[in-house]
Amino acid sequence: MSNRTVNINVHHITRVEGHGNIVVNATNGKIEKLQWQVPEAPRFFEAMVRGRSYEDIQTIVSRICGICSISHSLAATKGVENATGIQVSEQTDKIRLLMHYSEQLQSHVLHVGYLAAPDFFGVPSVVPLVAMAPDAVKTIIGLHRLANEWSALIAGRITHPVTLRPGGMTKIPTEKQLRELQDRLKKCMADLTVVANVVLSVAGKIPQFERQTEYVSLKQNKPAMYAFYHGEIASTDYQGTVPVNDWKTVANEYVNDQSTAKWTKWHRDSYAVGALARFNNNAELLSPTAKAVAKMFGLQKGCCNPYMNTVAQLAEAVHMVEKSIELIDELLTKGLKQETVAVSPKAGKASGCVEAPRGILFHEYEFDRKGNCMSADICIPTNQNHANIQKDFEKLVPEILDEPEDAIRLKLEMLVRSYDPCVSCSTHMLDVKFVR
Amino acid sequence: MAKPKIAIFDFACCEGCQLQIVNLEEEILNLLGVADVVEWREAMSEKSDEYDIALIEGSITRMEDEEKLKLIRSRAKVLIALGACATIGGINKLKNNFDDLDEVKKCVYGKAAGKPHLRTGPTKAVDEVVQVDHYVHGCPIDRKEFTYIVRSLLMGKTPEIPEWPVCVECKARGNPCLWDYDQVCLGPIIRAGCGARCPSSGFRCFGCRGYVDSPNVEAAKDVITRYGLSVDDLKTKMVLFGSKQEPTIYE
Repeated sequence: MSNRTVNINVHHITRVEGHGNIVVNATNGKIEKLQWQVPEAPRFFEAMVRGRSYEDIQTIVSRICGICSISHSLAATKGVENATGIQVSEQTDKIRLLMHYSEQLQSHVLHVGYLAAPDFFGVPSVVPLVAMAPDAVKTIIGLHRLANEWSALIAGRITHPVTLRPGGMTKIPTEKQLRELQDRLKKCMADLTVVANVVLSVAGKIPQFERQTEYVSLKQNKPAMYAFYHGEIASTDYQGTVPVNDWKTVANEYVNDQSTAKWTKWHRDSYAVGALARFNNNAELLSPTAKAVAKMFGLQKGCCNPYMNTVAQLAEAVHMVEKSIELIDELLTKGLKQETVAVSPKAGKASGCVEAPRGILFHEYEFDRKGNCMSADICIPTNQNHANIQKDFEKLVPEILDEPEDAIRLKLEMLVRSYDPCVSCSTHMLDVKFVR
Repeated sequence: MAKPKIAIFDFACCEGCQLQIVNLEEEILNLLGVADVVEWREAMSEKSDEYDIALIEGSITRMEDEEKLKLIRSRAKVLIALGACATIGGINKLKNNFDDLDEVKKCVYGKAAGKPHLRTGPTKAVDEVVQVDHYVHGCPIDRKEFTYIVRSLLMGKTPEIPEWPVCVECKARGNPCLWDYDQVCLGPIIRAGCGARCPSSGFRCFGCRGYVDSPNVEAAKDVITRYGLSVDDLKTKMVLFGSKQEPTIYE
């Protein structure tokens, strides 16, 4: 039994998107306070979109998050289209999926390479890594740039897309541009293997910690594919799937005093979303090379070590590149057509859902007959993880309370970072406060 | 000469402008050659209270953030507003469009809206709280313009920011006018410098760089009239990034 007295207070944890605090107070081995706090300034998007036209919703809510602006734009556009009865063509659907994959790769490379890797190498940021592992950093930079240029090609720019409109696209790439992109994607498979091997070389730094957890993500059965963009809501605690429009029966949001972001729970006190959740619900549908990467790290379906989320992201990065190469083949085989978009919105209420890089994302909208927004409800992946991070803390800290304060702090920070939280989204996040 | 120290701070925003700095990739390393980045929470663990140049991202919505911003101002020799949230309040200012902020809070947080940690005030741009020395416009910022401005300042020069509307750059790129495609585009009154990026993708300008210093109000009204629309139609688009912002073409 520990008799440690510990005071940890990380006010605004670094290398995450947004603001969050970690507080640990323990006296003589008794934990008095252990909190994951989210003090991000709330921004009230659901209130702000009221009165705005259906064609402006995507432009507004994209600004919820700079890192996953494409996911927010896609979820919003799908929600708007579902609510107003607007259909899109198969070509539009495929181009949007290609756009979606570009952001997933960008975000995963950013997290694995720039935000999480410094912990594995024991340095405070990616900058010292340039001297320690110049080739690996160069490879990561190259992948990040490729993902960004891919987003710019399909979304019009890297952050906050400007090619999406209800009913279609304002601009599509040329066949030549798609062929060039495909060539670059084929070449980058080797770079992804390099990054996977570099991470594997420091994989011993990934803490061994497990807690039985409910994992929630999209699941797509027809056709069966590793779900990022279509499908219904699935859980490791639930047989079958829940339609996207019923997401509120899954999220069960509530306000917590520790956080300006809302918390969620379904079958247990908390659930987790993100790459590990998608993996646990869809692993058998990964591409062949992605499966090989998961195997390299011993990542198997049913894994409940939250630190392995970073490894799941790595496998997904490989999967998305392989799938995008196929997707471009499908688009080119059919040939790209310039489509004209003429829409007439109807009154209605519905949801749109995609997997953002850090987990399942729900947008719901209601419009009047003129297409003006009457109400909105948005539920963001990081919000869905806040309660789970708290529950992880409550199991982890007693297990490591005898370790030096710096080691405890680092493990808690790494735990939060492994969720790749995006606190602006959930409003913003990280500080560790320690009091032992 | 010691390298100037740069610190980056964020307030209410999406952090997409910081991401554009990350997206500079290798160019960040060039910047690090001539300046020391001493604090940057999104990308680094280091923190510092000493800096020459403060980059401020985000808009100000809470009293404690105003106090923090004033402290940063008192420490920094040069303060730069980074991106639309900081330069003009950005999308967050849509909130100010509603007269009753309590109602806005209730809309999102329901019965819990009164809890102290959810308090919020009207959204302010950075220069509504402290003096701003330089502006990097846009939502998000343009990486090239950011590099140009920082490089100019490090060389002791004053960066030149366009004082003409987006239409100028849009025409130069040979784009068809989006007004001809039934889009209410704000190009005629919004500050250029973005290379007309959105209209070049077939998407109307929605005004993220803010109004030009003296918008040609009469010309804008001519355009509206020619396409059979009213000032009210334009307002519904201007409000996205221009809530209660001056000068405007409002009556």
